[in-house]
Amino acid sequence: MRRLSTINIAALALGLAFLYLPIAVLVIYSFNGSRLVTLWGGWSLRWYGELFRDAAMLESAAISLRLALISASAATVLGTLAALALARERFHGRLLFAGMVYAPLVMPEIITGLSLLLLFVAFNFERGFWAIAVAHTTLTLSFVAVIVQSRLATVDRSLEEAAMDLGCPPLRTFLTVTLPLIWPAVASGFLLAFALSLDDLVIANFVTGPGATTLPIRIYSEVRLGVKPEINAVCTIMIAVVATGLVIASLLTKRSQARQDRGALGARL
Amino acid sequence: MGDMSKTTNTRSSRLIVLAPYAWLVLFFLAPFLIVLKISLSQSTLMQPPYAPLLALDAGWQGLKDFFGALSLDNYAALFTDALYRRSYLKSLEVAAVSTAILLFIGYPVAYALARAPRRWQAILVLLVVLPFWTSFLIRVYAWINILQRDGLLNDALLALHIIDRPTTWLATDSAVYIGIVYSYFPFMVLPLYATLERMDESLLEAAADLGAPPWKTFFLVTVPLSLPGIAAGALLCFIPITGEFVMPDLLGSSATLMIGQTLWTEFFGNRDWPAAAALAVVLLVILAGPILLYQRREARALERR
Repeated sequence: MRRLSTINIAALALGLAFLYLPIAVLVIYSFNGSRLVTLWGGWSLRWYGELFRDAAMLESAAISLRLALISASAATVLGTLAALALARERFHGRLLFAGMVYAPLVMPEIITGLSLLLLFVAFNFERGFWAIAVAHTTLTLSFVAVIVQSRLATVDRSLEEAAMDLGCPPLRTFLTVTLPLIWPAVASGFLLAFALSLDDLVIANFVTGPGATTLPIRIYSEVRLGVKPEINAVCTIMIAVVATGLVIASLLTKRSQARQDRGALGARL
Repeated sequence: MGDMSKTTNTRSSRLIVLAPYAWLVLFFLAPFLIVLKISLSQSTLMQPPYAPLLALDAGWQGLKDFFGALSLDNYAALFTDALYRRSYLKSLEVAAVSTAILLFIGYPVAYALARAPRRWQAILVLLVVLPFWTSFLIRVYAWINILQRDGLLNDALLALHIIDRPTTWLATDSAVYIGIVYSYFPFMVLPLYATLERMDESLLEAAADLGAPPWKTFFLVTVPLSLPGIAAGALLCFIPITGEFVMPDLLGSSATLMIGQTLWTEFFGNRDWPAAAALAVVLLVILAGPILLYQRREARALERR
């Protein structure tokens, strides 16, 4: 039954080609020696050299990385708490809470950006790095919550209950029983939050201030002026970083999954 | 959970709920109320450029002033100004057409993914998701490379003698559609794949055993069973595409003016914050139905698991 027909293979091949051809073109042209983006001037690392001499671009990259690290960490903590609340607790206003957790997943960025900016202005909160950090935390904690919650749903609750029945305090139960069981989801939530923060242009552009030009804002303003080979080089580096991170993450989860499966098997034997 | 554990951990429970709850009320719910308030204010030339929020220190008089100053002028303008109307309609049109295209090309891919041999499935799904992890700006930029006048698409079409003169691709509706479909592709494929992969294959075998031709099985069994996936994918694409800003801005022209750009221009260009806030409120009202539908489905799916 599990065999692919020719149509299925064609659909997959075309789909993947559609996804990867533009990226391949971008990467190849980043090694183009010619200043004209459309003319092939032989392989060269020239634009990478130019890139590393572009102080503004490097500064933006540093800002974006710091921002992603801070907001992803905060979002991971808050998102994991939100997932625990949704999966384990009964409380008043649960419906409103669930609504607020899921809404940012689909809310158009332009609305989130505008409303956060107006909040910051109303409360005289300085626009800039920390405003973006708060905005990104709010946006990405929802993604963490959804990932962790779906993992929590598969965790056997009797383990937690056994620990607590034996007198283990809640915090310790969480740290020694629950967290080890859900950490692959927490880790992938962190990675997704990190990637989303690095990626965001619209919300950051609303709440940014002087000295907080993130990498997407910088790239956007360059792209508006036209195609530049240097931008191809930035994009290629970003793709390489993301791809490496993803491969490492999937290897890690696979290893922990295998260990857990072995553990479960051992317990059954 | 037993009664005893419930009493011992109420304090930590309260903290678990309270921290994210307070954060979301402060940074997600409260901002919307402020947007609502400003959308009802008059535009002024002050800094910030709108009449003040509630002046609580003025007591009862402040409260009266607050309600007295509310005006629906900004909303009235939305309905009388043709530019606003046109950009709302254009947004909905672009979102609907893109979602249809995404469904049409995403379904075969999701179907093939679900039918692929098990040991290939994980890697194939990873391949579909991978581009989603790279910045969408990169993805739009990649298409600018290809679509520009002396770009690869024109080169290829010229070489194949399909066209004899370079065609303009950038700054057209087609470019916007290509960019959107490309960027939202995984959002459509993944929910479809999730339902198709869970489908009970014995139903297909039963249909085949009873003599149904494959196309009939597909339309009478597979498609109806995958409706939850279709709904999830469609909502996940339609809602954010309606508010899309970057694609029409970088790939489109003034003819593809979507509401995201109009709002942006109103806010950053004209500095008319009340008008921008009113635009956002109306956009939210338009999308409220689909958003609530999506939340309900998401919450139910998670509870069921």
